[in-house]
Amino acid sequence: MSEVKLSQHKIDQIIAICDEHHNKAGELINILHKTQGLLGYLPADVQKVIAKKMKIPVSKVYGVVTFYSFFTMVPKGKYPISICMGTACYVKGAEKVLDELQSQLGIKVGETTPDGLFSLDSLRCVGACGLAPVVMIGEKVYGRLTPERVKDILAEYYLLDAL
Amino acid sequence: MEDNVVLYIDNHTVVVPVGTTILEAAKEIGIEIPSLCYMNMKDLCITNLPASCRICVVEIEGRKNLAPSCATRCEQGMKVKTSSLRVLNARRIVLELILSDHPTDCLICPKSGKCDLQRLASRFKIQEISFKGEQSQYEVESSPSIIRDMKKCIYCRRCEMMCNDVQTVGALGAVNRGFTSTISPAFRKDLKDSECTYCGQCVAVCPVGALTEVDHTNRLLRDLADPSKTVIVQTAPAVRAALGEEFGFPPGISVTGKMVSALRELGFAKVFDTDFAADLTIMEEGSELLDRLTRFLDGDKDVCLPILTSCCPAWVNFFEHYFSDMLDIPSTARSPQQMFGSIAKNYWAELMNIPRENLIVVSIMPCLAKKYECAREEFADAGGDPDVNYSISTRELANLIKRANIDFNALPEEDFDTPLGESTGAGVIFGASGGVMEAALRTAYELYTGETLKNVDFKEVRGLQGIKKASVNLKGFELKIGIAHGLGNARKLLEDIREGKSEFHAIEIMACPGGCVGGGGQPLHHGNSILLKARSNALYEEDYNKPLRKSHENPYIIKLYEDYLGKPMSEKAHHLLHTHYFNKSE
Repeated sequence: MSEVKLSQHKIDQIIAICDEHHNKAGELINILHKTQGLLGYLPADVQKVIAKKMKIPVSKVYGVVTFYSFFTMVPKGKYPISICMGTACYVKGAEKVLDELQSQLGIKVGETTPDGLFSLDSLRCVGACGLAPVVMIGEKVYGRLTPERVKDILAEYYLLDAL
Repeated sequence: MEDNVVLYIDNHTVVVPVGTTILEAAKEIGIEIPSLCYMNMKDLCITNLPASCRICVVEIEGRKNLAPSCATRCEQGMKVKTSSLRVLNARRIVLELILSDHPTDCLICPKSGKCDLQRLASRFKIQEISFKGEQSQYEVESSPSIIRDMKKCIYCRRCEMMCNDVQTVGALGAVNRGFTSTISPAFRKDLKDSECTYCGQCVAVCPVGALTEVDHTNRLLRDLADPSKTVIVQTAPAVRAALGEEFGFPPGISVTGKMVSALRELGFAKVFDTDFAADLTIMEEGSELLDRLTRFLDGDKDVCLPILTSCCPAWVNFFEHYFSDMLDIPSTARSPQQMFGSIAKNYWAELMNIPRENLIVVSIMPCLAKKYECAREEFADAGGDPDVNYSISTRELANLIKRANIDFNALPEEDFDTPLGESTGAGVIFGASGGVMEAALRTAYELYTGETLKNVDFKEVRGLQGIKKASVNLKGFELKIGIAHGLGNARKLLEDIREGKSEFHAIEIMACPGGCVGGGGQPLHHGNSILLKARSNALYEEDYNKPLRKSHENPYIIKLYEDYLGKPMSEKAHHLLHTHYFNKSE
């Protein structure tokens, strides 16, 4: 995926977020949170803009971004997949489902497919333990999943995208 | 008595001021509690206190858990045990855990013998590591000055503290979390593509082999053995004040004469002195100061003041990165290392009839940025031959002397060769913070007023205070000078200039705390500021005992101008001794 150059409009929006938080070093996490909400991810150029505006080293911003798993430097896919690895799902075989997802998509957890369609993340419990193991694609919940069903489910989304 | 607390450490009664930590209190009564991440340079207000390594834990009566003594303050009546069985076992486990993710290749580690972790492992007789598990894997990464081997990192975060809090460079930071956490430039870039200035303070404080210098000793040995080459050497002022430490001398003993003998023994054709070039720097930089000052006093509105010194290559990198809007403010004078190289490869080579390509100029420097500086493209001739071929650190020189079976202590005291080995006391003090400015004042005063300076000691510019100020009366004109060491202090003065608030006419800046005596190429200070003080004192003492103490009185400098350069800032001097700066900001 080619790196998209930040537009001046986007830069202005990021700077506005920093100003909202008075450019205070202690507000870095909140600023990153809002910026990711705006852009979907936090690529290097965005981190540089924030560091410059807040007058802190970019290594510091990068340190925070890489510390918290919530922050991502990779854009999410059009259909973000989250697999629950909480206790109930794990016991019910979530790992096998994850293996299948990774092998079908050719990506690991935290990555996005080169065509930008899918991204894969793991999370802990979505409150549907009765349906374990659970996978969410976007807002839709898939329960009692087996590795065998993964291929068909992904096919639905390929079809949806082709329409 | 309210300001003091009384406590008991290993059955000794100790009285310390409120706020003292257990580790510092124990030190007062001669108990050295082992530490790794902790660092405290009191005189320089530099501390590293993540309390993360847990080597310094102690047992406190009435407390359930062991406490890190580096971060636990003494309390009234506290009973502390620093070496109970429980404490010793805890320290052993901590060490084993650290070592379980460490290569333990001490025999072939560049830090071997100088490593705090190795020393502790030996002290605690760690002979097997009970914890087996995954090991961190990182590629060794090299830059022109510094090598990073993050497999060896113990996450003490001293380097990060130096780079961010002290130097405000911000090249190194902690990234990721848990097992994958490491110290790295932003976006996992190589150091050479980051804002790193190569000041080497990260190396100076790294307790293990994670950060070391690029080593040129083998290259030097090959050149010395090549009969077709004439290999000459220059030694920076601060080297003589610290080299002895590697051979059992107490800190603060200058070993100039023995160092010269050792360099002859190693086979250098000529042993010259960077101090000579320091005197030359004063002639050029001092003249530039007077030129700007005269124009300023004549009402020239465009003149750039204050003038900033430009001897320190890490400082040059710093302003090229962070103050690229002010590139016309620093003096254009090259550093003494580069002035020496230029004079050696042009004037001296001509004088001796040595073809440039056969002449190898090596510098011994207290500095790692000098390795990078001599490789800068503008300091080479049209064919790419550098004025200074390469630079080796004080530590590398000590190693070479040991490798060559030279009994350093038994060496006679010898003198530098002429003409490029002669220097004044002004050149010697370049190695201490404030020294360049003091040397410049000695010459500028006499050149400006035409009078003899009665007292050449400007004591107010000496010492470890981060920012120093002084003023000198030049025939009714109050010349205001500022001195900063440590790039964080430099940044403050620079920001004042940017905002038009600076009160100074001239500013000296050295990147390393203490100046070159505390450089990244010196015997590792590991956060011991007593070393920096002792080394500075050694330089001031050497200056005091020199017959000549003003750069413009150096007879070989006078001759160099008469025979070759004309006068300071002449066209030839500009060509050979001055430089220009580049915008490296992003």
